[in-house]
Amino acid sequence: MKIVAKRTAGLTDARLHYCPGCLHGVAHRIIGEAMEELSIIDRTIGIAPVGCAVFAYNFFSCDMIQVPHGRAPAVATGIRRARPDCVVFTYQGDGDLAAIGTAETVHAANRNENISVFFINNAVYGMTGGQMAPTTLANMKATTAPYGRDVEDTGGPMRVCELLASLEKPYFITRVSLLSPKDILKAKKAVKRALAGNMEKKGFHFVEMISTCPTNWGMEPLKARQWARESMIPVFPLGVFKDREAEEKEAAS
Amino acid sequence: MTTRILCAGFGGQGALLIGKLMVNAGMLEGKHVTWLPSYGPEMRGGTANVMCVISDKPVGSPIFDRMDVLVALNQPSLDKFALQTKENGLILSNASLCGDPARVDGSVKVVAVPLTEIAEEVGNVKAANMVALGALIELTGCVNRQTVEEDLRKMLEKKNPALLEQNLTAMERGAKFARQA
Amino acid sequence: MTEKILMKGNEAVAEAAIRAGCRHYFAYPITPQSELIEYMAKKMPKVGGTFLQAESEVAAINMVLGAAACGVRTMTSSSSPGISLKQEGISYIAASRLPAVIVNVQRGGPGLGNIAPMQCDYFQATRGGGHGDYYTPVLSPSTVQEFADMAPLAFEIAERYRTPVLILADGMLGQMMEPVVFPESYPPQRDPSDWALGCHKDRKENHIINTLFIDPNLLDSKTRILFEVYEEIKKNEVRFETYNLESRPKILVASTGTAARVVKSAIDALKEQGVEMGLFRPITLWPFPYDALHQAAAGVDKVITVELNMGQMEQDVRLALNGLCPTEFVGKAGGLVFTPEELADILRKKAS
Repeated sequence: MKIVAKRTAGLTDARLHYCPGCLHGVAHRIIGEAMEELSIIDRTIGIAPVGCAVFAYNFFSCDMIQVPHGRAPAVATGIRRARPDCVVFTYQGDGDLAAIGTAETVHAANRNENISVFFINNAVYGMTGGQMAPTTLANMKATTAPYGRDVEDTGGPMRVCELLASLEKPYFITRVSLLSPKDILKAKKAVKRALAGNMEKKGFHFVEMISTCPTNWGMEPLKARQWARESMIPVFPLGVFKDREAEEKEAAS
Repeated sequence: MTTRILCAGFGGQGALLIGKLMVNAGMLEGKHVTWLPSYGPEMRGGTANVMCVISDKPVGSPIFDRMDVLVALNQPSLDKFALQTKENGLILSNASLCGDPARVDGSVKVVAVPLTEIAEEVGNVKAANMVALGALIELTGCVNRQTVEEDLRKMLEKKNPALLEQNLTAMERGAKFARQA
Repeated sequence: MTEKILMKGNEAVAEAAIRAGCRHYFAYPITPQSELIEYMAKKMPKVGGTFLQAESEVAAINMVLGAAACGVRTMTSSSSPGISLKQEGISYIAASRLPAVIVNVQRGGPGLGNIAPMQCDYFQATRGGGHGDYYTPVLSPSTVQEFADMAPLAFEIAERYRTPVLILADGMLGQMMEPVVFPESYPPQRDPSDWALGCHKDRKENHIINTLFIDPNLLDSKTRILFEVYEEIKKNEVRFETYNLESRPKILVASTGTAARVVKSAIDALKEQGVEMGLFRPITLWPFPYDALHQAAAGVDKVITVELNMGQMEQDVRLALNGLCPTEFVGKAGGLVFTPEELADILRKKAS
């Protein structure tokens, strides 16, 4: 019998608890595969946030720690200083990373901490039940924005990649999406590049992944992906926002 | 025996250093000592002071209401603390910057040393605190001048021998003035 | 014996922590503990350690959480308002069963208060401090020497029981200089390889550090394990000092830290006036020496608690006495510190 597909060794056998159609599973899988392909599972330390991915410590097959809401980049800083030879990643949602943990995110990036930050942006608080996130789109409804987000009152959707890219030090900042197989392949490439960059101690690698939340958006999974393509991508354009390796190559030539 | 000394002056006059050199010498001579500075915003441009205790017994409280010795490097310090000097205590004031202290107990000995003038004669106006230190040791005898000199030598001999010589001379001049006072 | 050095409390505890093998220090500047962070900034690079000035108190304690999870000796320090901000992290460190040392050089409060020495964080320190059902051992130094000695002691307790340990000093101890002697040797670090992140003796399974237990039964059993550890700490780690009890005084004064120093001076002054009083000084504030205080108070007419606050430890004193004898309280707020003369007067009046 020929094996055509199998689970990655980067994930455990634990059954994912995510809602049907949720893309966290896809994000987990590409991170797991990247760890496996780079042969770094035994030297990687992952950090679970507070949010839907709080149980990530059950799913990744590396050493894991679950930390306070928004503090993952600070905890990652402590870990990577204590274990400089380990690869350290955080896995955070939009509330965790861009609201309560904004300061930790910005300063870890500014220090160019040698960590990978995987940022799942689905424009809504998932675990607590669909409240407004910093990335919620204008006029988009949420349980705490029942009449739609009023950007005059609550601010506009935060573009974290663009914000961080204005800093001088961070090494690699990119936004990808998980909305189609082709997008997922690109996302995996970015994830792998980030972890490989940490192996080489290049510094701060930030991969934002545009995702969906069918449950809280109240949409079928496929409709949610279509909606994300039509509504989120124009606000959160995909691309590389900072790439110091490319900058250095260009400067050298 | 326990000697409580309060050294006070404008920030930068070196009142804290007088106290530090005193208690360090006390420590080197095997005594129990504490050094407690005023700190925080009042240090910025205002008056700085330090409470020092040198004792044969372990020091309980490093703070005190009343002291045996006041070293006042400026007029505000003299005005603020003179009345807290104990009976039969000592006030060492900077005659270059201060007038007489107001209404102190008759038993308090007041020695006004022209610290700034003497320091200028020594060639370093900043050494006024060292002049005071020399006089303070001479008048109280609670530590030996030799101990302080050795301590200073250790600190400055390699780094700045010229300053060391100025400081030692300043101390000697202060002691001499105190002997004649 | 090694050489005596004249040092500020803030610097002495930093030096002692480094000598004890602390190589990962994260903090945020605040008066009156800034000499501590500055000392670490100067010394850590020279011993190959990590000094990092965090973007906030919150970040600093979470960096400590990360380093502690890796099983290295790690420390942070701050002063009252900053310690309030760290409480979330301390709760996680306690729940995660991680060893770490936190120094609080207390200042005046509530609010921004002032930078003068106070003992107003006693409740916060001894009742867990953050959210949840937990405690942290609390050490209360009274001299600069003791402050320094508590750094290695705190690491030892932290590692033995896998708990955060708090050293509760105050602005006076932080700022004052006294002679300090550093010991020749320090307790060796315990091997963390059976639980720490990125550290495995033999990799049979991944190390997972987690404080989320959705199932109430599971959280109940985890909490019970925590409290079994606390029982061990109560059995083994209670520390206190008594002073002038041999005079069989009728009045016992309970006081800790800086306030206890002033009490000692007042007791000496009263002795000269023919009045005998004893001092009971808890050195561990949690676990509080309840039994020892109860025993020390046997036969006295009254226990007077002296604190630099409006009456916090006083409640533990009353718990210890459990009605054995009357109690009184003498305190000062605002960062005011009793002078020995003043306190002797107050105590003499209370005695008559």
